[in-house]
Amino acid sequence: MIEVKNVYFTYPNGVEALKGVSLTIKDGEFVAIMGQNGAGKTTLVKHFNGLLKPTKGIVLVDGVDTRKVSVATLARKVGFVFQNPDHQLFSETVEDEISFALKNFRFEAETINKRVDWALNLLGLTRYKKTSPFMLSGGERKRVALASVLAWNPKILILDEPTIGQDYQQKEKLRHFILQLNAQKKTVIIVTHDVEFVAECNPRVILMSNGEIIADGEARKILTDPKIVTEASIVPPQITQIFIKLKNYGFPRDILDIYEAREAILNSLRKGFK
Amino acid sequence: MSVFDGLKFRKVKSPIHDLDPRVKFIYVCVIFAIALIFWELIPLLILFLIQLPFVLLGKVQRQWLRSLRGAAFLAIIIFVTNFVFSFIGAGYRFTAESLESAFALTFRFVVLVESFSIFFLTTSPDNLSLALEQTRVPYEFCFAFTTAVRFVPVLANEAQTIMDAQKARGLELERGNFLKRIKNYIPILIPLIVSAIRRSLELAEAMESRAWGATKNRTNLYVLRMNKNDFILLAITTGILITAVYIRLFIPIPSVCELLEI
Repeated sequence: MIEVKNVYFTYPNGVEALKGVSLTIKDGEFVAIMGQNGAGKTTLVKHFNGLLKPTKGIVLVDGVDTRKVSVATLARKVGFVFQNPDHQLFSETVEDEISFALKNFRFEAETINKRVDWALNLLGLTRYKKTSPFMLSGGERKRVALASVLAWNPKILILDEPTIGQDYQQKEKLRHFILQLNAQKKTVIIVTHDVEFVAECNPRVILMSNGEIIADGEARKILTDPKIVTEASIVPPQITQIFIKLKNYGFPRDILDIYEAREAILNSLRKGFK
Repeated sequence: MSVFDGLKFRKVKSPIHDLDPRVKFIYVCVIFAIALIFWELIPLLILFLIQLPFVLLGKVQRQWLRSLRGAAFLAIIIFVTNFVFSFIGAGYRFTAESLESAFALTFRFVVLVESFSIFFLTTSPDNLSLALEQTRVPYEFCFAFTTAVRFVPVLANEAQTIMDAQKARGLELERGNFLKRIKNYIPILIPLIVSAIRRSLELAEAMESRAWGATKNRTNLYVLRMNKNDFILLAITTGILITAVYIRLFIPIPSVCELLEI
C-alpha cells in the first residue's frame, strides 16, 4: 500500500512540482496518473520508490517512510520502468541486462537464470537472449526494459509513459499484459497522457494539474466529464467526444470504448425500428 | 550539478552582459595570467576583490555564489594538501607562513573560478560564437564549440535520469571499496555515451537536411562592434596588467605575517 500524505516537493532550481498531494493506493489496484506535461505526474511517482523525497509531508510504502530507507531497498518492492529504455540499457546481451537488477538484489545464480528465462518468455524475447540490446528496435528495447524490472517480481509496478513509441498492435499487447499482471494481484501504476489507452483499460484515474490532484476516481466518471477534462487540458477519448455531442439525441454520455458505443447505437436503432 | 548551474548563461540586461565577448575574454585571460604570477596572499586577495564590482554590475551574484560553492570542495582539497605539505616541509611544525601560503594558493584557484564564472554567466553562447567567427575561426569549429557548451546542461540532466533509472533497478553507487565504486558508474556511463553519440548523429542529419554549410561565405545578422564601455574595460585590463607586472618585478610584496609581525 502506498500512502501519500500532504506532500510538497520543490526541485533545487526552485520549481514547485507538488503542492499538497494526498492519496492512497491499495494493494492490487490499477491506477492511471494523468495530466498534461509538467503537471507533476513523474515527480509524484518518483516519490513511490524513494528517488525523490518529499520537501514537506510524508510518503509511506507498506508503512515504511521513504525518507528512512534507500532506493535499493524500496526498489525490491516497487519496480519502476522509465519512459526511455535507452536511459537504462548498457549490457552486452539482453540476458545480462535482465540479470543486472537480480544481481544487485543478491539473488542466487540459479534463481537468476530461472528468473531471466521466465521474464524473457513473458515478453516474447527469448530469441534475443544473446543479442545486444542496442541492436533491437525501439519497441523491443522498451520490452527489454520492462522485462528487466519484472524479473525480480516487484509487488508494485510503475510504468512511466509505457505507450510512447509503440505501434497499435504493441499497445494492445501491452494492455492485455498489464491487465493480466493486475489480475495476478499486482499493483500497477501507469503514468500517461494517452487517453485512448486509459479508456480501454478503465482503471482508477488520478488527474493532476499544476502539482495538484484535481480529480480521482473511475476512468468512466473522469474521462467523460467535459469540465474536469478541460481543467486538466486533456481531451476525452474520440468515442466519448462523439457521444457527448450526441447527447441531445438521447444517447448516453458516459461511453468509453467501442463495445459500449456499439451497444448504445444498437439500442437506439432497435428503439427506432419499433 | 550545482557547478554547471554556476556557469549557465542567463539573459539579464546589464552593462557587463553588453560588453564585447572578445574584450571580456582578454580580461579573463589577463586575470588568469596575473593569478599565476603571484603566490602571495595579499595580491591574490586584491585580485579577488577587484572582480566583485563586475559580479554586482552583472547582477549575477546568486549564480556566481553557486559556482563558488560548487568549487568549494576542490578549494578545500587544495588548501589541505598545500597546508599538509608545507607542514611536513617545515619539519612537522605549524607555522603562520605555511597557513598563509596555503590560503594564497587556494585563493589563486578561487580567483580563476571567479573570473571564468563571470565570463560564462554574462556571455551568451550566441555572442561567444559570434566572437569566435569574427576572430576568423572557421565556422565549423565555432559551431562545434557552441554546440558543446549548449549541450552540457542537457547531458547533466540526462545523467541524472540515467542515475535514477539504474538506482530504481537496485544499483547502489556508494557501495563497496574504491574500485567497486568506480565500476558502479559503468551502468551510468554507457547509456550516457551511447545517447550522446546517437544525439550527435541525429543533430547532424537534422542540420544537413536544413542545408547546413550550403554557402561558403556566411554573413551574420548581428555584428559585434566595440563601443565606449569595451574600450574602458580594455583600458582597465591593460592598466591592471601593467601594474601587476611592475609590482611583480620591482616591488617586494610583504606577507600578512610580516605586517602583523607574527
